[in-house]
Amino acid sequence: MPVYSEKVMDHFMNPRNVGEIENADGVGEVGNPVCGDMMTFYIKVKDNRLEDVKFKTFGCGAAIAVSSIVSEMAKGKTLEEAMKITPRSVADELEGLPKQKYHCSNLGAQALNKAIQDYLSKKK
Amino acid sequence: MRKVYLDHAATTPLLPQVREAMLPYMGEAFGNPSCLHDWGDAAREAMETARTQVAQLIGANAEEVIFTGSGTESNNFAIKGLALAQQKKGKHIVVSAIEHFSVLHSAKTLEKWGFELSTVPVDKYGLVDPEDVRKSLRKDTILVSIMHANGEVGTIEPIPEIARITRESNAVFHTDAVATAGTIPTDVKEMGVDALSLAGNQFYGPKGVGAIWVRKGVRIIPLLDGGVQEGGRRAGTENVPAIAGLGKAAELAEANMTARMEHLTQLRNRLLTELPVNIDHTVVTGPLQNRLPGNVSFCVEFIEGESMLMLLNSQGVAVTSGSACTSKALKASHVLISMGLSHEIAQGSLLFSLGIDNTPQDIDYVLKVLPSIVDRLRQMSPLYAKFIKEGKGGK
Repeated sequence: MPVYSEKVMDHFMNPRNVGEIENADGVGEVGNPVCGDMMTFYIKVKDNRLEDVKFKTFGCGAAIAVSSIVSEMAKGKTLEEAMKITPRSVADELEGLPKQKYHCSNLGAQALNKAIQDYLSKKK
Repeated sequence: MRKVYLDHAATTPLLPQVREAMLPYMGEAFGNPSCLHDWGDAAREAMETARTQVAQLIGANAEEVIFTGSGTESNNFAIKGLALAQQKKGKHIVVSAIEHFSVLHSAKTLEKWGFELSTVPVDKYGLVDPEDVRKSLRKDTILVSIMHANGEVGTIEPIPEIARITRESNAVFHTDAVATAGTIPTDVKEMGVDALSLAGNQFYGPKGVGAIWVRKGVRIIPLLDGGVQEGGRRAGTENVPAIAGLGKAAELAEANMTARMEHLTQLRNRLLTELPVNIDHTVVTGPLQNRLPGNVSFCVEFIEGESMLMLLNSQGVAVTSGSACTSKALKASHVLISMGLSHEIAQGSLLFSLGIDNTPQDIDYVLKVLPSIVDRLRQMSPLYAKFIKEGKGGK
């Protein structure tokens, strides 16, 4: 078993905000099954804030924990604040990720960003 | 919580009788077998007893058995040592696509050293077609190495047929029997091979010890130079306690093989037939017949192996997976990919390797806990969501 921090284990065992949002304001999908991990983020936006964030993830323990914590970090933030979430800040928030998991599993920030971009492009 | 160990392909537990057989050589009988005094004699006797026990397990002569430090060392020794010894006759070697990395990577090293390598494919069950081996043979083929069985998917290869074909050539035929020796019959004469590798921790012996059998008259170049231990073929002071344990494990394996195989086959067949009934969209990997008695391997669609493995572990069940995420190299199992499975399916790989200590209650427990784990991960999976949507609305 990879050496995961307690926080990663907690978010893996009890992931927050799993699911889909019907009529989401923005959807972001990253990754593919070949590389191992795939994440879809759904956002609901109200007054420029992320009122709700949900995700679905196919992947390893790290990928699920990353998705969970990103959803938690993003919820309630303004779009500008949420776009500042990076793979580094996600890994820090999780009290570290195993080196080999850093790049493949740490797609959460990217998926969230894509969902926000999707929202912004629809709004135009 | 119930604890269920189903990872015997990684390593088996040490049998109490094996541990007992090892203890004297970690205590008063600590001598070096090369020494010509009572201490040396006691250690040497232990080694020769073990050599006979291992030889009997594989139907060989004791003097043809060389002890090594692992199955990996045995395979390295076989591939490099046999190829180097035959290189005046040619430079071509043949292996299968699903060999253990200790064979595959040794063969790749030989390629860097100027040898030529052919890899024979396997079918969707992981089976090598002996005719493909025939087609790959050349005048300058000096070594063929095909595993006796694959520990990941359980496929038992047609070694006697392949041996008949290689005998028509100049090539030496090695088989990696790490997954089979001590588990199913591995008689070197019946198989018709020239060299065979085995490892102690696959049949209730200790870790860090293996053996290679090389038919008398077949030359092999040592990997380790030094003293004249093991008839000059493997230098270094021998790991006497581990070797004594390997011998005892071999003796017990031979004596109890039929009963063990029956026990494992019963448990295996139950898990193999009931899991796909309890969990939809699973793909059994490997054949249903002609399969290692303790091997249950399959892929669960729409979810990934490491997360299943972690949730199973949290319920006390130890298994392994061939998914990319569980490998340190982040690559899906080459065995599954060589069998033609997509990366997506291979990501959902689970391997249960059963042992003689497992009970029907262990199988009941797995059948009870796994479906809800799969369900939980599928509820999280975007691939499963897509599948459900397309299944209901799309077609």
